[in-house]
Amino acid sequence: MSNTSLAQLKPGQIGIITNLDIEEGLYRRLLATGVRIGKPIEMLRSIFSHGPLHVRIGMTEIMLRRTEAQNIKVTITS
Amino acid sequence: MKRVALLGMPNTGKSTFFNRITGASARVGNWPGMTVELMTAKLLIGSSMVEFIDLPGIYDLPGLSEDEKVVERFLETMPLDLLIVVVNTTQIERQLGLLLQLRQLQLPTLVVLNMADEAQQFGVKVDIERLSKSLGMSMVSISAKYGQGYPAFYQEIQKLLADSTAITVQGLPHFLSHEELAPQVDALVKQSVEVPLQLSPTLTHKLDKIFLHHWLGLPIFFFIMYLLFQGIFLLGTPLQDGMEWILSAFKETYLAPLLTDLPKALQGLLLDGIYDGVGTVATFIPMILLFFLFMTVVEDSGYLSRAAFLMDVLMSKMGLDGRSFVMILMGFGCNVPALMGTRVMQSHRLRLLSMLVIPFALCSARLQVFLFFIAILFTADQAPLVLLSLYLASFAAAFGTAYLFKGKFSNNEPFILEIPPYRLPTVRHMFLRSWMELHHFIGRASNFIVVGVILVWVLTHFPPAAEPASAETLAGRLGNFLAPIFEPIGIEAQLVIALMFGFVAKEIVVGALAVIYGLNDSHLTQAIVQHVDWVQAYSFMLFTLLYSPCLSTVATIRQESQNLRFTIFSLLWSFGLAWVVCLVFYQSARWLMR
Repeated sequence: MSNTSLAQLKPGQIGIITNLDIEEGLYRRLLATGVRIGKPIEMLRSIFSHGPLHVRIGMTEIMLRRTEAQNIKVTITS
Repeated sequence: MKRVALLGMPNTGKSTFFNRITGASARVGNWPGMTVELMTAKLLIGSSMVEFIDLPGIYDLPGLSEDEKVVERFLETMPLDLLIVVVNTTQIERQLGLLLQLRQLQLPTLVVLNMADEAQQFGVKVDIERLSKSLGMSMVSISAKYGQGYPAFYQEIQKLLADSTAITVQGLPHFLSHEELAPQVDALVKQSVEVPLQLSPTLTHKLDKIFLHHWLGLPIFFFIMYLLFQGIFLLGTPLQDGMEWILSAFKETYLAPLLTDLPKALQGLLLDGIYDGVGTVATFIPMILLFFLFMTVVEDSGYLSRAAFLMDVLMSKMGLDGRSFVMILMGFGCNVPALMGTRVMQSHRLRLLSMLVIPFALCSARLQVFLFFIAILFTADQAPLVLLSLYLASFAAAFGTAYLFKGKFSNNEPFILEIPPYRLPTVRHMFLRSWMELHHFIGRASNFIVVGVILVWVLTHFPPAAEPASAETLAGRLGNFLAPIFEPIGIEAQLVIALMFGFVAKEIVVGALAVIYGLNDSHLTQAIVQHVDWVQAYSFMLFTLLYSPCLSTVATIRQESQNLRFTIFSLLWSFGLAWVVCLVFYQSARWLMR
């Protein structure tokens, strides 16, 4: 178990969301797509070393940029 | 008349559902107090006429994005008999939040659990009876795409509308946030939803391994786009030629003899002006229909959001995002639908920046002009390279413009995009969708083209004593008047008149040249070779590419931006850029060739 940000997860790794340190608008959008504290989130892939991320939460897959992912803190479970 | 509104999150198949129940009867309608157009349709349900309104897909209430605000304003002002909420069954866990928010409105509500087929595939099971009871809402399960579950839906809606009365919400409630609703959602899910713990590796994941591959993803994407345009031209060109043939045959055999009794000038206006002008646009109908058919496949299959994912890195450097790139690509077919496509963007500034660059995309109408000139003035070996250079210029203008103005339209819109599973598009939906887009296009184009064509015809035929399109006509005088602007970039007065035609629609340019030089096919080629050398021709092509797409595009920018100042700015910028680029090209080419 270690604390890190969503941006640091490697493809295939799953993390439990511990903190969402982001502005109101984005926070609500993420909540609506199912991202919230306590939920497991899986890293599927990223494009190049600085490209956007493709993640899965529940049955929903979303892409988001690395800057935003850095503010989503997770605990790695696998 | 009873009124029913459709609501739901994006990617729930809400529009597919709407199209299914309303068929081709749906119309885009303007609503008082709403800045956007909403799709509506009237249907007979039971014994009463019912108006259905398709509201934009939203994630959350109260609204932050333009779409969410539209929904709020609508709910606040319009009396409703029934609210239908479409839910993607496979994602029911996270869609219940919105449902609970909407429950606070205390409107009669029917929940449509869509994508029953997909849910079954993924192993998601919902105890509908139990959930319906807990929520106090009627609920049916359907597959909008494959048309399953509709009898139960019609039965339910008939029952609900039988003795309904329209209710206006008395002031919007204080909506609970998704966060506040989380415990309630969790309890509901626990009680009546069964979700598989670990997703089995589905087809979607296997396909994504290829299509979103680290290195292969982008090449595959460009190859698919290449095939798309090849397909459109391969199938579209013969259809277009056929359409042209039919239209001119109709004119010669039926229309012309019918009008012989009319005064000469009126005859000319009706036949050579309006009929030919509108006809040229009509010949593009097959091309546009094909374009939308193909785009619907790309969109419905779920690939478009992957393309946006792949291109986001590059686009973010120019203040745009992955979606803008997809729109520019669509613009290579036709700028108009591409501009309409920017509606998916939440940030107004991002939308405006995208709308500023899309008109630089080398659309099929401009391609026609270029092919005409290239064939006349360049050898077969040079031709593909010249065309390629124009495509590169198109990209450079779009990206350069974005880079230059990204500060002015800076936006912090975080780019979050849902990546839906791959889906097989249905033929029915492809045609319905394309038909509706085409309908919209014709409606908008026809007004503008008729007015524009009349204007141009008058310019080239008055005063009546002058030879049509000669220097003595209004257009000729205007051409000479504008000469100081166009001489430095190597565009002579006759070609300036063609550019005026081109402002209405690029489709008319080639035909216009024939009128201007007063000659038909083979002689036209010789006339142009005599009048124009390759440097002038290339300058003319560059100018045609950049100065302004066409009146339909300008009208669309105006309509979509709801901002006259922005529309004028966009026009001035593209015109200025065209002039500067051509000046640099023309003068340096002349200097080098001294």
